[in-house]
Amino acid sequence: MAGRIKIRAQKKGDITEVKALMRHPMETGMRKDEAGEAIPAHFITEVVVFHGDQTVMQGHWGAAVSANPFLGVRFEGGEPGDTVRVTWEDNQGGTGEGQTTIR
Amino acid sequence: MKTVFFWSVCLALSLGAARVPADGVFDQYRDLMGDDNPAVFVIDEGEELWFTAQGPKSATLEACDLGLGSGVTAGAYVRFPRYFADTNEVMDVEARLVHCMTTIQGRDLESVTAKPYSLRGDLGTEIEALVTWLAAESEGETIAPEQTHAAEREMYVLGEEIFFYRAGPHDFSCATCHEQSEMRIRLQSLPDLTSHAGAANAWGSWPAYRISQGLVRTMGWRMRDCFRQQRWPELQMGSTTSIALQTYMAVNAAGGVMSAPGLKR
Amino acid sequence: MTTMKAKPISRRRWLQWTLVLGAAAALPGRVWATLVRPDAAFGATALDQALAALGDAPSAHEGIEFVTPDIAENGAVVPIRVAVDSAALPNVTKVSILVEMNPNPLAASFNIPLGTEVYIETRVKVAQTCTLYAVVEADGQLFMQSRETKVTLGGCGG
Repeated sequence: MAGRIKIRAQKKGDITEVKALMRHPMETGMRKDEAGEAIPAHFITEVVVFHGDQTVMQGHWGAAVSANPFLGVRFEGGEPGDTVRVTWEDNQGGTGEGQTTIR
Repeated sequence: MKTVFFWSVCLALSLGAARVPADGVFDQYRDLMGDDNPAVFVIDEGEELWFTAQGPKSATLEACDLGLGSGVTAGAYVRFPRYFADTNEVMDVEARLVHCMTTIQGRDLESVTAKPYSLRGDLGTEIEALVTWLAAESEGETIAPEQTHAAEREMYVLGEEIFFYRAGPHDFSCATCHEQSEMRIRLQSLPDLTSHAGAANAWGSWPAYRISQGLVRTMGWRMRDCFRQQRWPELQMGSTTSIALQTYMAVNAAGGVMSAPGLKR
Repeated sequence: MTTMKAKPISRRRWLQWTLVLGAAAALPGRVWATLVRPDAAFGATALDQALAALGDAPSAHEGIEFVTPDIAENGAVVPIRVAVDSAALPNVTKVSILVEMNPNPLAASFNIPLGTEVYIETRVKVAQTCTLYAVVEADGQLFMQSRETKVTLGGCGG
């Protein structure tokens, strides 16, 4: 069920405010399960926010970003109806993607 | 006997010492958190599971009667726990879902109930997702558990009895933590579940995304975890004890508003 | 009297440069720099190592607004916000978040192209009460703001 992203993008004055929630466990590799076995590290390493085909923000993440990560960014120049897209990659080769339109 | 007495005194002291001055200490934290609740994913997953054909009968849960008729999900959650004539039992929402999975989908009871709640490292279970979606289908509705059938009223009486029953190695009851207002353990305030306000606030905000666990937890899990903290035997999902306690709480909460899934520490 | 010796470039450093130059050759404009993950900084196990891997020692700058809660109910999720006043501190291209006492202090590093506000909201894990740092890069120089966040362990309330 991983891979999903919920995005809201709202124009406020000249600025477009983007809020994204990602479905990901963000395991550090340091936790043990109930049976005492180590839970392998599993976390998003890169997240990119696009406005149309322009990169608005690119983040490199470590395992210290919280589970089901939240990201808020702001950029200039968006218009209602424009597409905002968020993608991620994790350390196990997994990917996620979501998009919305600015309102 | 002496040991039990010693521990009771310790617990009484440690609990009694914690009169709330601390409320508001986390307001700044919660403001920064905002209202972006990862439970939104779990709601979607629950809805998809409801409409996914599963089991030997390859059936969805759309024929499941949650008390308002086959497939009616809107507003169903706030009427639980309630009596069902087809099983001749008072059921909570989890027990009813298990019933539908075994009868409508033909799934094996043991496998359906093997792991109702997430363990560390999990992203959620089927029961958790379905319950979360069903609670969201009652968002804004008034909590109104059925109390018309004699069995439902008996459940309430039993639940009240269990709530005040002291047992276990620490001689603890639910009431030890939950019959006074303005009390807390460390920095978490404890609701008074014998009062309408306390019960309504608690019942109306579960299932909830538990920030510390990165998971949505259901009221069934909340009850089970209280038992664990009381050092009582593990509370089974769908057991009479669990349903009785939930009936006691839901009836005390009646008239309150459903605002689940909540966002908790 | 000391003699300055040319420091031999390490294999790791060499590899990084090769990657950077390779990427630079492949992509136009300023995009290339953003594609390299700061692996050395992420791998650092102490704050000063992580900072050293990001660049020169950062100096405090009032143009950086760094908001963290004074006290967090749980270290698993600590909401943070970084906003830079571009009038006071222009040309910021990178924002990094570090948590002093975490096993790997660098939690996240964001590349900010022109036209994007220097504004980041996210939530990080904080292993224990300690200082959090927002380090920004502007014109090749590092600046920072720091905040202490106390982490409490939960009781059994709900």
